Amino acid sequence: MYYLGLIIEYLKNYMKTRLTYRADFWVEVISDLLFQATNFIFILVIFMHTNSLAGWSQSEVIFVYGFFMVPFGLFGCFVNMWNFSERYITKGEMDRVLTRPAHNLFQIFLENIDPPSLFGSIIGLIIMAISGTQLGLPFEWWTIPALIILSLSAVAIYAGIYTALTSLSFYSDAPTGIIPLMYNIQNYGRYPVTIYNRAIQVLLTWILPFAFVGVYPAAIFLQREEMMKIALLTPVMGAIFAGIGLVAWNYGVKRYKGAGS
Amino acid sequence: MSSLETKKSGRKLLLGAYIDFIRIRFLTMLAYRVNYYTGILIYSLNIGVNYFTWKAIYGEGGSAGAALGGFTLTQMTSYLAVSWMARAFYFNNLDREISTDIRDGSIAIQFIRPYNYVMVKMMQGLGEGMFRFMLFMIPGMTIAMLLFPVQLPTDPTAWTGFLVMLFFSFLINTQINVITGLSAFFVENNEGMMRMKRVIVDLFSGLIVPISLFPGWLSSILKLLPFQAITYLPGSVFTGQVKGVGIWNVLGIQIFWFLALLIPMVWLYHAARQRLFVQGG
Repeated sequence: MYYLGLIIEYLKNYMKTRLTYRADFWVEVISDLLFQATNFIFILVIFMHTNSLAGWSQSEVIFVYGFFMVPFGLFGCFVNMWNFSERYITKGEMDRVLTRPAHNLFQIFLENIDPPSLFGSIIGLIIMAISGTQLGLPFEWWTIPALIILSLSAVAIYAGIYTALTSLSFYSDAPTGIIPLMYNIQNYGRYPVTIYNRAIQVLLTWILPFAFVGVYPAAIFLQREEMMKIALLTPVMGAIFAGIGLVAWNYGVKRYKGAGS
Repeated sequence: MSSLETKKSGRKLLLGAYIDFIRIRFLTMLAYRVNYYTGILIYSLNIGVNYFTWKAIYGEGGSAGAALGGFTLTQMTSYLAVSWMARAFYFNNLDREISTDIRDGSIAIQFIRPYNYVMVKMMQGLGEGMFRFMLFMIPGMTIAMLLFPVQLPTDPTAWTGFLVMLFFSFLINTQINVITGLSAFFVENNEGMMRMKRVIVDLFSGLIVPISLFPGWLSSILKLLPFQAITYLPGSVFTGQVKGVGIWNVLGIQIFWFLALLIPMVWLYHAARQRLFVQGG
């Protein structure tokens, strides 16, 4: 309850600061959507030159993409740690966060909340609806609950990976620069992973499980038998990776000594 | 000493200062070189994933020897590898550095120093580029060649052409970064613009999809924009799409854009100096 109240307060604060830079809000929405459009164009260009990608049709790949956008938008809104190292470690804001009662990671998530990203989720739902209808996918009683559970699990996977990577900045004061590089890799979980060789499949399934944010869970809705079993693991993977992220983070915070200025 | 001589020695000093900016940035980068080992790994992965995606596309589209948009699979692989590794070289964060300088007000101090701020940034970019070329692009390309069937050009003119064009890719990309960074003078918070720029450069330069594979109307628009000069044109020379006299033509396009982009850059710089006010300062 206490945490819920905090979320509302932070959101109010966000709205106030945003009203001073109103144009920025829209620029950000547009730039987010443009980023998504890039990937979308890639899919369209691919299917100009082939009818199927490892047995997946254009509508199916687009559906996977739509599904991916839902957790990705949620993640972008609530977990935004792009400049954590610079803002909290180098400039010493971490000290301020640590003196407050709420959990430090929770505060950092909320301080960097980014609602424009949610537009991506909405567009994702629309894409799923359109391509789902084209494919004639059945709409069952479990569709919505499954969508919620799978999206939240996918967000947990993302949050876990990025939290663990961000916590590296507690150990080394140099900017690691890994996170921007990671950004490309996450895109690859959206294509049927069977097109990749064994090593990349293992990487995207078990080590950096971005396939659980795209193609695996979407396979449930697409009724792709070959991926059904692994898709059911999505919540488990979510729990494991969120756990890893949290442990790495807490351990890092314990080691944190301040910027020493 | 006559005033002419003072001017001359002043210029010499300034030149020395600019060279020092290159050197210092190079050394700073060297201190953080561990980041670039992970960088090489991740760029190789990018190439790998794209390679397998294209392999699947070529495989499905009939015979694997067929060409898409004028690229055979081997050419596509080489194009991917060289484009990503060229990005490893020309990429820099000057846009972010400049807008940070503007937002925290430290640009005011930079402006009163006796050098040209944009020139200093370009020099720092060059220092970073030299580091990235030697410790990121060259080793990265070597690894990519070991992992994937990359075909290097055999023609020495293709090599010379490519290397010259690579330098212009760097210049044009850096100019676009400087322009984006300086825009912070006019919009105050240019975070969105910087993100948009990054996406546009990656897509429209032909890094993600070679421009000849886009639908006709789009590729004819892209041929009128400066972005193709960053990746697509040097990549085409490297993979042998463009040969002989054609190399001069595409190099001409790059030089044209280099000169054309100087205009908004210089204009923005002068307009910015007129407009400077420091937020909250």
